[in-house]
Amino acid sequence: MDAHIQVRNLNAYYGSAQALKDINIQIPAKQITVIMGPSGCGKTTLLKTFNRFLELTDDTVITGEVLVDGQNIYEKDIDVTEVRKRVGLLAQRPFPLPMSIYENVAYGMHIHRTKNNRDEYRSAVRHYLEVAGLYEEVKTRLMSPATSLSIGQQQRLCLARGLAVEPEIILGDEPTSALDPISSQHIEGRLLDLKKQYTTVIVTHTLRQAKRLADYVIFMYLGEVVEAGPAKEVFNDPKQARTRAYLEGQF
Amino acid sequence: MKKHWHRRHIVEAIVKALMMLSFAIVAGSLGLILWTVISRGLPALTWSMLSQTPKGGFYLGKEGGILNAIIGSLYLAGGGTLIALIFSLPIALYLETYLGDSSWGHYVRLALDVLWGIPSIVYGAFGFIVMLALGLRASLLGGIITLALLELPIMTRAMDEVIRRMPVELEQAALALGSTRLEVAARVVTRQMLPGIVTAILLAFGRGIGDAAAVLFTAGFTDRIPTSLMQPAASLPLAVFFQLGMPYPEVQKRAYASALILTIIVLAISLGSRWIAGRLSKYVWK
Repeated sequence: MDAHIQVRNLNAYYGSAQALKDINIQIPAKQITVIMGPSGCGKTTLLKTFNRFLELTDDTVITGEVLVDGQNIYEKDIDVTEVRKRVGLLAQRPFPLPMSIYENVAYGMHIHRTKNNRDEYRSAVRHYLEVAGLYEEVKTRLMSPATSLSIGQQQRLCLARGLAVEPEIILGDEPTSALDPISSQHIEGRLLDLKKQYTTVIVTHTLRQAKRLADYVIFMYLGEVVEAGPAKEVFNDPKQARTRAYLEGQF
Repeated sequence: MKKHWHRRHIVEAIVKALMMLSFAIVAGSLGLILWTVISRGLPALTWSMLSQTPKGGFYLGKEGGILNAIIGSLYLAGGGTLIALIFSLPIALYLETYLGDSSWGHYVRLALDVLWGIPSIVYGAFGFIVMLALGLRASLLGGIITLALLELPIMTRAMDEVIRRMPVELEQAALALGSTRLEVAARVVTRQMLPGIVTAILLAFGRGIGDAAAVLFTAGFTDRIPTSLMQPAASLPLAVFFQLGMPYPEVQKRAYASALILTIIVLAISLGSRWIAGRLSKYVWK
């Protein structure tokens, strides 16, 4: 397997409570990996270790290694902004920045100085809005407040905003759980379109969504990885009793 | 489906009538106040009233204007607001960042709320005692410091509320894009909070410029426009207070003109702050 992220002996604690127990997994490149499991099993905690977001919560302790492109992102002299530039995050609820639609997409390019002049910005903003499937709906009001969009449109804007930073990896923390069914479909469709270009890791607690999206599956339970493997194998022929129980709806 | 007048309908009609009566009383009083100030102030509001200081003393002189009070009030409230801002912004940030919802934070907020409620004459008396202890006389500086003390709790608490309403997710969204902490603060947090902070500053300025009791002992009153911080300064509220009680219509005119100017300034501030906040908050999370 061509692993884009490798997790080695990872443990995470909130205060004295252990949230992740000795995690050892690999995330394949340019596929959709779905992390699933019952709520409270550590899915989101694991996801947040990939872009060094876990440390934003007070009293968290992390031990072990997370390697992105072979580089341990928890090493001392790592630039955390560079990690987060490479590893984008689509949050549970969309939170546009307090700016116009245009500025939201341009924000990442501004801070990372990836574009040189106005025309480059303009065409890049348009490009990423198109990729996120939002351009047609907003092309006449790019300067309107981003907060004026519907919540489903806001989530697609957040996708465009994240892609504009030019990440290699997209993390999704239950990215459709706050959305209506139609908007969820939109987002899922975009993620499937994008999987050839980006390594994607999605956390979900709905089994049906996992089956629709996953190429590779990680099943977690009580802070441990119970089973990980290609989607077909895990869904059709789970090796572990606990995975089977979960797939049969027993949790 | 004809309407029958049951008890609940009658109760509703009575309560609705009471609400309308209350509204009419308040709106009527406001209208009367404005009418009094405008009808007496407007005829007095000549160019010489605005451009000259009182001639022959503010108690007795029958000529001249209220320029001393206009400038004095702007100096006092402007200086007080500036000092209050210098202190209240760090306090509000400290409250949020380090104290948060801890019991210390709770006590500090309680103290600020108590200070907000203290009558301004108490601030005036306190300022006076401090000045006596320091050997200062009634001066622009004394008035500015006292007004800063009066405005500080108002501004700090208003800013505290603005900072507390700041959604955490917004910071996280910016961090997830690879922003540094400084970029989060300068490009995102500031934009979100600016309308509230501007409103807090103008609210405090409006309170400061309209206050008579705080500057009564501390800034004094004078016919002249102060040229240094150590000279006494006139103010619009005291111009009303001192001159309205005189039996000379020419002196009273100056009081009414002062009242009108003060009302216009306060009105302009509250309308202006709404306008600015509205413009700035177009993109903001509400």
